[in-house]
Amino acid sequence: MDKPFAITLDPGSSLANKTGAWRTLRPLYVDRLPPCNHACPAGENIQGWLFHAESGDYEQAWRVLVEDNPLPAIMGRVCYHPCETSCNRGQLDEAVGINSVERFLGDEAIKRGWAFVPPSAESGKRVLVVGAGPSGLSAAYHLRRLGHAVTIKEAGPLAGGMMRFGIPKYRLPRDVLDAEVARIVAMGVKLEVNAKVANIADTMAAGGFDAAFLAVGAHIGKRAFIPAGEAARILDAVSVLRDMEGEEKPLLGRRVVVYGGGNTALDVARTAKRMGATEAIIVYRRTREKMPAHESELQEALEEGVLVKWLTTIRKVTDGGSLIVEKMVLDAKGFPQPTGETEELQADSLVLALGQDVDLALLEGVPGLEVKDGVVQVRANMMTGAPGIFAGGDMVPSERTVTVAVGHGKKAARHIDAWLNGTTYSPRPKHELAGIDKMNTWYYADAPKTVRPQIELARRTDTFDEVVHGLDETNALFEARRCLSCGNCFECDNCYGVCPDNAVIKLGPGKRFEFNLDYCKGCGICVSECPCGAIKMVPEPT
Amino acid sequence: MDQPQTIKYYQTGTFTVGNRLLSEDQRSVQSGMERTNSLNSGHRACQGCGEALGARYAIDAAMRATGNKVICVNATGCLEVFSTPYPETSWQVPWIHSLFGNAAAVASGVAAAQRALGRDDVRVIAQGGDGGTTDIGFGCLSGMFERNDDVLYICYDNEAYMNTGVQRSSATPPAARTATTPALGPEPGNVFGTGKNVPLIAMAHRIPYVATASVANLRDLEAKVTRAMQIRGARYLHIFVPCPLGWGSASEDTIRLARLAVESGLYPLFEARHGKVTSRTTIRRPVPVTDYLKLQKRFAHLFGKAPDTVRIAQIQRMADQNIADFGLIE
Ligand SMILES: Cc1cc2nc3c(=O)[nH]c(=O)nc-3n(C[C@H](O)[C@H](O)[C@H](O)COP(=O)(O)OP(=O)(O)OC[C@H]3O[C@@H](n4cnc5c(N)ncnc54)[C@H](O)[C@@H]3O)c2cc1C
Ligand SMILES: Cc1ncc(C[n+]2csc(CCOP(=O)(O)OP(=O)(O)O)c2C)c(N)n1
Ligand code: SF4
Ligand code: SF4
Ligand code: SF4
Repeated sequence: MDKPFAITLDPGSSLANKTGAWRTLRPLYVDRLPPCNHACPAGENIQGWLFHAESGDYEQAWRVLVEDNPLPAIMGRVCYHPCETSCNRGQLDEAVGINSVERFLGDEAIKRGWAFVPPSAESGKRVLVVGAGPSGLSAAYHLRRLGHAVTIKEAGPLAGGMMRFGIPKYRLPRDVLDAEVARIVAMGVKLEVNAKVANIADTMAAGGFDAAFLAVGAHIGKRAFIPAGEAARILDAVSVLRDMEGEEKPLLGRRVVVYGGGNTALDVARTAKRMGATEAIIVYRRTREKMPAHESELQEALEEGVLVKWLTTIRKVTDGGSLIVEKMVLDAKGFPQPTGETEELQADSLVLALGQDVDLALLEGVPGLEVKDGVVQVRANMMTGAPGIFAGGDMVPSERTVTVAVGHGKKAARHIDAWLNGTTYSPRPKHELAGIDKMNTWYYADAPKTVRPQIELARRTDTFDEVVHGLDETNALFEARRCLSCGNCFECDNCYGVCPDNAVIKLGPGKRFEFNLDYCKGCGICVSECPCGAIKMVPEPT
Repeated sequence: MDQPQTIKYYQTGTFTVGNRLLSEDQRSVQSGMERTNSLNSGHRACQGCGEALGARYAIDAAMRATGNKVICVNATGCLEVFSTPYPETSWQVPWIHSLFGNAAAVASGVAAAQRALGRDDVRVIAQGGDGGTTDIGFGCLSGMFERNDDVLYICYDNEAYMNTGVQRSSATPPAARTATTPALGPEPGNVFGTGKNVPLIAMAHRIPYVATASVANLRDLEAKVTRAMQIRGARYLHIFVPCPLGWGSASEDTIRLARLAVESGLYPLFEARHGKVTSRTTIRRPVPVTDYLKLQKRFAHLFGKAPDTVRIAQIQRMADQNIADFGLIE
């Protein structure tokens, strides 16, 4: 390096004075676990892929994303995004629109035809996946990445499970679903449709499979006993939604009553509206606060004119086709109690949306299998009581969402891989959580969240066009850059700039920093001024 | 002017030292791998020294602004003592040590010598602590202003004579405990109603440029040094530099304290040309003065079991007055 003007000093410079000897604590660069990553049921490295999106490298962002989840365009539409609920930025202004950026990346990948990289080597093992819902697709993808030969047997005519036969088109367009399924198949996963597995043991033996992952979902609509006359038109929500995918659309009539308070109830009611019902009324036994459906979906449904009768239960269906409903009150524990006060509701059809049961017929006769409360019990490694048979998604005890199902698929794939290799899989220990207390939020500029546009109400209620739109490139970039990069260095140069002893070495773009322990006095300024909590002080080794 | 307000990288805004997403022209001097490190490692300042930080920021920025043609004249004080125990030096610039009180006069002489040599590219900076500036060197400083000598004088204000054991200076804030204003008696600490505000006195000389800066706002500080080097004549920059030892604060809190001083209104950031205030930095997230005071042992006697609400309120009034006088809140 050329010395600046008139500089002669080298000998006799203070560099000879190793002031690092004064230190009792030393700084250490760390990576902490961002709360968003921690909360994602699919185990996505959200901060990791946002980091690439921030610089506009969307393909790299997408590639990091799909290391954990092969369905970003779907996730960006149907995931309830618990990541955003725990996002640190929510404590500053509003959570980062993680889900909208995810959708943007997913759509970008479809638009640009980004493909998965097939495995570099074949393991020679064969794995059967039963069910092409999100859990089965995710397991198949991850198993294939690990080099196994994977066959998915799916009972239905098309892949997707509840994503196709439950979630309505206006929330998840089918071309998006098809594109993400096709990408998994293109990797070399064998998908057999109209191939219902009647008996798992027979199918495994016949196909010479070394292991199986079951993800048959929960498809049997739960019934409630409601006294009804002959003519009453009582349907179940899952069948109604499933029939929406077929040639013959279900006949619901002009006045439709839906019984239940979950997302399925909302989907059916909104679907009924789009099918031409003048009235779609949800009858729910409890209050709005107690409703398990997500607030945003309730909001959208109400906007579309869906009516809700809170604190009401259905007592019977009369011969004339009307419903007798009863007012309820919540007791101290929040349980609905009858009041005896009734009223009559006109309805052309009543749709029950009371939850789903699992059809476990294919497991008949499998030794060691344990079923409790209608779902299959699995160990921590997702294996059922039968060696080599793993299960996940809606058919095992868990929250029933697409993302949880995807997470199960990934987790099971890793354990199946280990099992096939006669080892056990132990996940890397998790980093310490990057809570808001670790951050110095002073450094982040104020930036309100970008809201996704929605199509206008008129079009929402009479077409199946997608309701929520995506972000475009500029606002996706804006949104990605709202991320605080919790717990992980984003190369803001603060540590390098604020050290009074020039004891931070900048290694150059993408290479982060190092401490020069010859001169670091251990003051801790770099730690307290790191915006994202990527440095900590540790005791000097003795 | 060249404060990059237009940068909208929301992870950083304009507040961090740099960012991988910034283009070259938006980078601060301190984020550059090629910065001079004018005050190099191995200096003997305390852990977390604000003055060491402020001096590197300022002189590095001056080096970039002048194409590395800077001569520094340094008064006696911490900055000199911790950087140049003979024959060792931390300075990566030509540097002269004068007496405690005459840095401004010596710098005027160096500037005159440059003129005599026909060199107008080499620029002169004088620097010292608040003791050397507001008290002992004040006469020389006023003379330099009055003659409009082509010198930038930088005062690193740590609010006392730190290098000789924390004695009160005329920049020591009221109520602060120092070795000469102990926390004893009916009016503990430094008395109210004394002291000097040298930036305002400098403005009264109507010199071309006066500004205040802080180690908590690096981009602002660099912009002010850069601006000062674009102007000829007498210029004055007053930089707020917390002192962990003298203030009894944690070494990691140096920048936080500087930030709280600004955000509470106790230390207004502004610029003035020819005696008129031309810009000020508004407060972003206002805080009460207690947030600032509580982190320092020199104000500990105001808190404890029976907080001295009268004095705390008096200090709050000073902050409020600054906020009103300089329009620090929009
Ligand atoms: C109306 C509705 C809306 C929903 N909306 C959302 C939402 O917005 N967001 C969200 O996260 N979750 C939503 N869910 C829940 C989500 O769809 C499920 O939790 C998720 O699809 C479960 O995935 P899975 O892979 O376990 O099962 P499924 O998606 O149910 O897939 C199981 C597959 O297995 C096949 N199969 C069954 N038995 C056999 C057999 N014997 N042989 C071969 N194949 C078989 C089925 O045909 C099906 O394709 C919704 C559910 C419903 C009903
Ligand atoms: C005329 C004179 N008086 C006293 C001293 C002793 N002395 C040297 S440095 C210093 C204090 C310096 O304080 P300040 O200028 O505030 O700088 P700091 O050390 O706080 O950075 C004193 C009193 C001296 N060198 N010359
Ligand atoms: S700010 Fe970014 S890293 Fe932090 S929780 Fe939110 S999305 Fe995750
Ligand atoms: S700021 Fe510098 S001296 Fe202080 S702990 Fe960090 S590296 Fe060490
Ligand atoms: S201060 Fe900035 S550059 Fe340094 S570790 Fe933290 S995020 Fe990275």
